[in-house]
Amino acid sequence: MLHQYKNNGYNIVLDVNSGSVHVVDELMYDAMAVGEKLIGEIEAPIKLDDETKAKIKDALIDKYSEKEIDEAVADIQELIDVEELYTRDTYELYINDFKERETVVKALCLHIAHDCNLACKYCFAEEGEYHGRRALMSYDVGKRALDFLVANSGNRKNLEVDFFGGEPLMNWQVVKDLVKYGRSLEEPNNKKFRFTITTNGMLLNDEIMDFCNKEMSNVVLSLDGRKEVNDAMRPTRGGKGSYDTIVPKFVKFAKSRGTKDYYIRGTFTRNNLEFSKDVIHFADLGFKQTSMEPVVGEESETYAIKAEDIPKIMEEYDKLAVEYIKRKKEGRGFNFFHFNIDLTQGPCVAKRLSGCGSGTEYLAVTPWGDLYPCHQFVGKDEFLLGNVFDGLKRKDISNEFKLCNVYAKPKCKDCYARFYCSGGCAANSYSFHGSITDTYDIGCELQKKRIECAIMIKAALAG
Amino acid sequence: MKHVVTLNEKTLKESLKRGGCGECQTSCQSACKTSCTVGNQGCENPNR
Repeated sequence: MLHQYKNNGYNIVLDVNSGSVHVVDELMYDAMAVGEKLIGEIEAPIKLDDETKAKIKDALIDKYSEKEIDEAVADIQELIDVEELYTRDTYELYINDFKERETVVKALCLHIAHDCNLACKYCFAEEGEYHGRRALMSYDVGKRALDFLVANSGNRKNLEVDFFGGEPLMNWQVVKDLVKYGRSLEEPNNKKFRFTITTNGMLLNDEIMDFCNKEMSNVVLSLDGRKEVNDAMRPTRGGKGSYDTIVPKFVKFAKSRGTKDYYIRGTFTRNNLEFSKDVIHFADLGFKQTSMEPVVGEESETYAIKAEDIPKIMEEYDKLAVEYIKRKKEGRGFNFFHFNIDLTQGPCVAKRLSGCGSGTEYLAVTPWGDLYPCHQFVGKDEFLLGNVFDGLKRKDISNEFKLCNVYAKPKCKDCYARFYCSGGCAANSYSFHGSITDTYDIGCELQKKRIECAIMIKAALAG
Repeated sequence: MKHVVTLNEKTLKESLKRGGCGECQTSCQSACKTSCTVGNQGCENPNR
């Protein structure tokens, strides 16, 4: 399967099943398309026969010279020989092993506080409460969660724990105590914890920043961009804007991170479809690691992204990509999470098949210790998996997640992006279709566009 | 090749041979939390 597209003056061809990415001229762009119709998908290299070569020539002779077409055919043959063109998807054969795989728990999203000091209008956690009551996680529940993680992580060495909310800084002492407890578990169990925290910044202070710089491998800082955009969607509970309080703190925090990661992370909605300006605003504030996600919300919400918004959003990704390249070339580049793509050292096929790991490798823990497949399922009773005291009780639900992969999703089978997104977000699929093996269609369109931009950027920066 | 610049090799097929160690980051633990972006995760297998 090929995916061909043109973007920012580049002709790009993805050979989906080998993962190879080719940047080609106009002639080759046309020749590869003709070749695909004639050759289809092949499991092993073949030699192009005279009949096929003649058909390619016939299809292209009105536009290109005989000599040029011969060169294109030679290039096609060369790529077939090294298995980088017209390759067949042979990974489905691997899927049986995949289904039988032993999974371990390697990451927890600890809902350290089901409470928040902001009242963001699009919050899927309903201002921190997740359709339930306000609550803070006790140290005891947190300890049991870390014990559960160690006990269920098999031989996996690196364990991830994200302090999430609500707003985790509203329960800061417990965060600190749990980090200390986690560190005490490392040596005796041959584990390494990677702690991360996602915060709105309202309660950030020097002591918290110092602690995070020592202990947290990544911090995710929530901000939506320009002041008017941020303040419209991220007010305080008293209705005031949050931008002026948090931005100076985030700027200071980001500068102090040293070699440790951070992300300034925003959400864009139908109200600010010109989100490229908000990402550029991040860059202008001096942030080097940025992320901006489309909001996911009920279709009835006025801020929800609608299908008719897709063309505008695509245009924005294109604009952002052009500026991104420009600034990189000028030596003042920044990273945008969704444009990160590692074409040579990226995830293996096993990872690409298994997706985000929700429900198996990745679980969310509520303040009172209940386990859910991920933070977005919290509060949905039908997905309650067990708790940190008694362990996983609903293996049937975990198994459903374990078997959820790109081949289990009919819409993914013919999609070129399946090995990049791994079938998309199960929670979004469930929200829109009531099934984890469907897909959130608007999300898919945007995801595909981001992948196209990310690959085009690679081409632009390689040349 | 005169008409093609290939940005990478057949990485997916190669990864089938050595992949699956499971040491990589869980994708939602990074900066998304609302979408699935496995393709931009790094590989952490020291033996790849």
